[in-house]
Amino acid sequence: MSHSENATLFLQNKERAKWHDDTLWIVRQKRDATIHQIPEWEKLRELASQIKDHTLSKLGYYLEELEKNATANGIKVHWADNAEEHNQIIGRILDEKKCKAIVKSKSILTEECHLNPFLEEKGIEVVDTDLGERIIQFLKQPPSHIVMPAIHLKKSDISEIFHQKLQTEKGNTDPVYLTHAARLHLREKFLQAKVAITGVNFAVAETGEFVVCTNEGNADMGVHLADTHIACMGIEKLIPRRKDLGVFLRLLARSATGQSITNYNSHFRSPSPGKELHLILVNNGRTRQLAREKFRNSLKCIRCGACMNTCPIYRRSGGFSYESTVPGPIGSILSPGIDLKKYSTLPFASTLCGSCSDVCPVKINIHEQLYEWRQEITKAQGSSIKGMSMKMANGIFKSPLAYKISGQLMRASLKTLPDSIIYNPLNAWGKGRNLPDLPAESFKTWYKKNRK
Amino acid sequence: MKIHYNRMKTHTPHIGLFIPCYIDQFYPNVAIATLELLEKLGCKVTYPLGQTCCGQPMANSGFESDTVGTTSKFIRDFAEFDYIVAPSGSCVLHVKDHSPKLEKLQKNQEYVQSHIYELSEFITDVLKIDSIQGSFPHKIGFHASCHGLRGLRLASDSERNEPVFNKTLQLMKDLEGLEVVELTRKDECCGFGGTFAVSEEAISVQMGKDRIADHVDKGVEIIVGGDMSCIMHMQGIASRDNEKIRLMHFAEILNQIIS
Repeated sequence: MSHSENATLFLQNKERAKWHDDTLWIVRQKRDATIHQIPEWEKLRELASQIKDHTLSKLGYYLEELEKNATANGIKVHWADNAEEHNQIIGRILDEKKCKAIVKSKSILTEECHLNPFLEEKGIEVVDTDLGERIIQFLKQPPSHIVMPAIHLKKSDISEIFHQKLQTEKGNTDPVYLTHAARLHLREKFLQAKVAITGVNFAVAETGEFVVCTNEGNADMGVHLADTHIACMGIEKLIPRRKDLGVFLRLLARSATGQSITNYNSHFRSPSPGKELHLILVNNGRTRQLAREKFRNSLKCIRCGACMNTCPIYRRSGGFSYESTVPGPIGSILSPGIDLKKYSTLPFASTLCGSCSDVCPVKINIHEQLYEWRQEITKAQGSSIKGMSMKMANGIFKSPLAYKISGQLMRASLKTLPDSIIYNPLNAWGKGRNLPDLPAESFKTWYKKNRK
Repeated sequence: MKIHYNRMKTHTPHIGLFIPCYIDQFYPNVAIATLELLEKLGCKVTYPLGQTCCGQPMANSGFESDTVGTTSKFIRDFAEFDYIVAPSGSCVLHVKDHSPKLEKLQKNQEYVQSHIYELSEFITDVLKIDSIQGSFPHKIGFHASCHGLRGLRLASDSERNEPVFNKTLQLMKDLEGLEVVELTRKDECCGFGGTFAVSEEAISVQMGKDRIADHVDKGVEIIVGGDMSCIMHMQGIASRDNEKIRLMHFAEILNQIIS
């Protein structure tokens, strides 16, 4: 379905839609409060933006440096050109270890690669250990937000899920009680898993280490109890030097949740004695995006989710309305690069208000790229757009008032517009809005009488 | 009427008045107010009669490449003036940032793009008028339209950590009896968004309702803004929902004060 159709459905439950909007707005407000405590906030954003621009301009060089240094540290580095290769690499490691159950801490990359269904088909139990991820895993849902994957669910929803899956008391919505139940459940899974999979927030080329940021410590718990740690990263998750890390850690949590810093920022550099550490570097379309000059800098994204929390459309349509792994404004500029046809409505799911670009901690010009994707999409669609304008024209001829107005506009001032715009579906305007009262004369007519 | 500014003594600026197409058709009073206001502030103003549209509706729908004709017409209509002024941040931003580059008209295009101003920006930055004196005893809420706010930077926004300013409200700051309320979401988008208003009708209307509710909750009498597109959208919702609140362009207020 198009984003617009999904959004219309989402808004049918008025109370829930308002709750969703308010909940994410609170996160945005927390972010605002914390960034105003940092006088150099805008300088930090600029610095982060420049570091990422620089890194992307020499991505090959820094990736090789990372590989060299990580290998020297005892990390086994793998290269995956696409999702399939990424999953196969993990499958081979698990086969080798005769592993039948793994724990995973939140990784949007493994979502992007559809790792869970791949492993489940192989008969491997996958347990997502981030609390929000575990909740949506129970529901067999994808994340609706990249930082707060279960943000679309209320406490009462979670209470019901836990009652069914973890036998908690029916109707008990106490967060402490529910979290404790999840903790006991997950602890058992942690103890059973021989392999732990994590994402990567930042890989440092200079030192060959990588950093994973979580609030729940679940990545660390999984990794320390398992014999094998597999870390999966998109090739853009790279920074040149360890000293650059401070810039990004200061920006990430503040932008994401309004915290000063994530609770756990764990550095992984070498495997513990007797254990294995794998790092999979995944392309999956990233070099194609890198080659697109107008869209290149979308790869600067550090996945903080601030653009989702601020987006008035995301807040009122929910993450699922985008039908893409990464939803919201950043998803709407990343996804068309993966499948232009499938995601063709996403760049139009925006008023181009620009709030996303102004909250972005690495200064991605998100709303300008939405505009640019619109140009690409209409070029690619060509003929089908003409079909749409015919439908729009039809809508106008059905409404005498809309016809009168669009006729006046057409005759009087829009002589140079193409048909697709002139045959604007003004009838959709009138569903929830009145049209302006028509004045006796246009300004042009008044001007001719009064000033010429 | 006392006006706090230094009139340009040496040269009366000749302004090309750019009136966006929907203002010409639906809101001639806003266009008249803009014209009269600029004249009262000492400018010579001409409205080029051949003007049509800046091309924004097409470009934002993904047809920027089809706006070459519109853009070259715009440049030809306006390149002869000292300044081009419009009562719309959105259309000005389009001309500056999104009109297609025309190699044959490069010099004139660059001139137009660097000499086009939104009305309040022109009054504060070019005419160097600090504020308008007068009386407007009303409780207003300010609607910061996105393209003026985050595109032209007519005011500081709530996303960035920067010194607080607002060029439009600065002009109104000395008005006697004026009360400007603090909104809960001071610069959230109203949901107009051009063709978005119809292609994403449900969200567009919901965003508009939410904006209006914020003003109504604070007891606002008049929502004041600088872009009639946002105002047309919110007015349409307010009138459908039988809200008593009024909406005005700031040019109407300033023009009415300087009589």
